[in-house]
Amino acid sequence: MITLSHYLVLSAVLFAISVAGIFLNRKNIIVLLMAIELMLLAVNMNFIAFSHYRGDLAGQVFVFFILTVAAAESAIGLAILVILFRNLRGINVDDIGTLKG
Amino acid sequence: MNFSDLIFWFFAAVLVVAALRVITARNPVHAALFLVLSFFSAAGLWMLLYAEFLALALIMVYVGAVMVLFLFVVMMLDIDFEKLREGFWKYLPVAATVALAMVVEMVLLITSKGFHLAEYAGGVPAAPSNTKALGMVLYTEYLLPFELAAVILLVAMVAAIALTLRKRKAVKSQDIAAQLRVTSTERLKIVKMASEARIEDAASTNEGDKA
Repeated sequence: MITLSHYLVLSAVLFAISVAGIFLNRKNIIVLLMAIELMLLAVNMNFIAFSHYRGDLAGQVFVFFILTVAAAESAIGLAILVILFRNLRGINVDDIGTLKG
Repeated sequence: MNFSDLIFWFFAAVLVVAALRVITARNPVHAALFLVLSFFSAAGLWMLLYAEFLALALIMVYVGAVMVLFLFVVMMLDIDFEKLREGFWKYLPVAATVALAMVVEMVLLITSKGFHLAEYAGGVPAAPSNTKALGMVLYTEYLLPFELAAVILLVAMVAAIALTLRKRKAVKSQDIAAQLRVTSTERLKIVKMASEARIEDAASTNEGDKA
């Protein structure tokens, strides 16, 4: 019998994997963005599991909005990535330190 | 163990393995494809939780749009990915420690008796389908957040276009509107000036030069 805590443990594992991904790929913005997407997936999994086991639809509505904001975030993030590449000829995170405000 | 439990374990295993490959893949194209796999298995798990609408929305929005965008960007940019992997092994112990600590803490918390998670039994949701039930609360109770989400998407679209739009300077192109807008006074300009007097000496010196 699969209970709520199975899903919560699964999303905790997923979240920890993506945190490790941010540590490991700290120079590559593309993989960093992918790790953030994985984190949001873990959070959404929590929301949906609670929504199902408590019989409350509010969690699913929240996931709907998180999906919207995550799509907007990755679109703008990738646009910034493209202009960053155009200006720096690379996407190393260390090079962004040369930006002047 | 019944069949749906088996499905849960299968999708969970695929999800964890795919997530691990996303963060360890040498090639970002492989990472993006493994991210697609993890989205697919997450959608399968959401189906098990009777969230059919969101499961399909995840596949369509994420796999269909966002991940294709990722793949486009990864393939369009000419990046030396090997250089970006510097420090991968150096940071592995720290990352593994932090991740393990997080998992152990969360599992201890989730499985503790004081949380009373076992009280929530779940069960098959009542009559209207998931999509209908979601629509009924989305367009009544959550109407304002729904419209705000639409505005966020619009702003994101405008921002993404405005960020990446660039005007090429060297390109010669016709501006049809400017051509049609032009009037006869802009094309032909009549200048009034006094006529000059004839200078005899200048003419004679010119002839002298020729000779």
